[in-house]
Amino acid sequence: MQMPVDLKPQQMRYIPPDTPFRHPSPSMQCDVCQQNPATVFLTQILKGELQKVNLCEACSKAKGVTDPTGFALAEMLWGLGTTDTSEVARERICPACKLSQSIFRKSGRLGCSMCYQTFRESINHLLKAMHKGVQHTGKTPAKWEPPAPAVAAPAPDPPVNRLHDLQLSLQLAVDGEQYEEAARLRDEIKREESS
Amino acid sequence: MKFNALLRRTPEWMQTSGPHRDIVITSRIRLARNLEGELFPGWAKKEGRFEVLAKLLPHLNSLPEFQDAFIEDMGDLDQIKKQVLVEKHLISREQAAKSAGSAAIINPEQSISIMVNEEDHLRIQSIRSGLDLTQAFAVLDRLDTELSTRVTYAFDAQLGFLTACPTNLGTGMRASAMLHLPALVLSDSMNQVISAVQKIGLAVRGLYGEGTEALANLFQISNQHTLGENELDIIARLEKVIEQIINHERNARAKLLQDDPNRINDHLGRAYAILRHAHILESKEAFNHLSMLRMGSDTGLLPVELGKLLDTVLVEIQPAHLQIASQKKLTAPERDVMRAQMLREKLQQLPEPRLL
Ligand SMILES: [Zn+2]
Ligand SMILES: [Zn+2]
Repeated sequence: MQMPVDLKPQQMRYIPPDTPFRHPSPSMQCDVCQQNPATVFLTQILKGELQKVNLCEACSKAKGVTDPTGFALAEMLWGLGTTDTSEVARERICPACKLSQSIFRKSGRLGCSMCYQTFRESINHLLKAMHKGVQHTGKTPAKWEPPAPAVAAPAPDPPVNRLHDLQLSLQLAVDGEQYEEAARLRDEIKREESS
Repeated sequence: MKFNALLRRTPEWMQTSGPHRDIVITSRIRLARNLEGELFPGWAKKEGRFEVLAKLLPHLNSLPEFQDAFIEDMGDLDQIKKQVLVEKHLISREQAAKSAGSAAIINPEQSISIMVNEEDHLRIQSIRSGLDLTQAFAVLDRLDTELSTRVTYAFDAQLGFLTACPTNLGTGMRASAMLHLPALVLSDSMNQVISAVQKIGLAVRGLYGEGTEALANLFQISNQHTLGENELDIIARLEKVIEQIINHERNARAKLLQDDPNRINDHLGRAYAILRHAHILESKEAFNHLSMLRMGSDTGLLPVELGKLLDTVLVEIQPAHLQIASQKKLTAPERDVMRAQMLREKLQQLPEPRLL
């Protein structure tokens, strides 16, 4: 993979972490760790095109964003999920309400409904000891509709092939400098690998 | 409805007689609900709580159950008034500790109450006389379904209603009954009952919930699990267990009356004499004597009508009720004097217990 050489951050904006909560929006999540809320918003001009990256504080430090000249957007995107497992991954933080795993452990209370996604794994462990079962069987709200089954149509390709395809697509996207698409594919690969 | 009007009005559960009223004082159901996309009250900032309250109030106000309801923000109630609502089981101790942005809505009959921004955005409660959990749930179910057409609840297909604490996930429902079990206590069987009940996943608590003493031989029995079982199954299982406990209590009463009449005569005689003639009474002592009079009334040794009076008195001799009645702040010793005076007056007409 080649490294773009003419990268120079043009603009950097810092939003303090105690920004009041608004409705959870996926763009507010850190593009690197996918866990922490993004607090550093970066825009670069790369070969005449605007590229946007949202980072959390820890990842921005880890990636050297504090030293703008040493920072490369493409490198950051490529390096993901391979070797660089930064410290931040260990302390989960809910992207919607900023509650951290350690606060949850201490208080036993969650910060918002999204926390149940963020801390799903640790909560699932608790549920077995806490309740009679792990599947709700009671009433549902009047307005609620069950989420449509993910892919009802033909069965998906065997996972190995699909992962292979995605990796190839990522390579192509990166070569073509389609960074938004690359980021999206990277997320999909992550999901595929963890499922 | 103003606070004083609420105070003057006798709650519906005190006027009616549900099933097994001699042993089960009340049945209560509460549902925990939260709004999608809003932080839970304990983690939200003040503005967030106000926003949720403002969003919910118009919907709650327009429910037919809450025509002429009592609606108050915790920030607008003084400590004594809040405590009165706790003593009436209309709000929780946790809510009483909260300030502005947390509100209570109570219907005039005091059979349905809603706490906004306690631990969850909504805690909806209904209370009924006797063992009547099914009906208490039916009332809330209707109201809850209606609300769910107006606001969007935080809900998950696997986890059910999403609550601030994972212990309330699923149905978000806590069903509980307040039982008066003097004979099981007197015959030293209560610990056995408690451990048996706990083994099957139910909880036993004192008069005011978690960690409180079992004053007046009153015990609250409730479900511990909220996920993995539907509302009606939870209620059916709980009612079955409670019915067994009722039988145990009835048997224990019969056995005591038959085997140990002197002991019963002594307990009743002391309770009668002290409540009618004491001038200083701590609440614990008063509670336990009132419990004996109630058992006397349930077993025909005192007039049956006494039962309802005792339910009222049990609430009225509590600290905040005494302070409201005397319209001033009282020290603990002053309350003990006032409590004794109130009991002497209320029980003035009480005939002596029939001897066994
Ligand atoms: Zn990050
Ligand atoms: Zn959260």
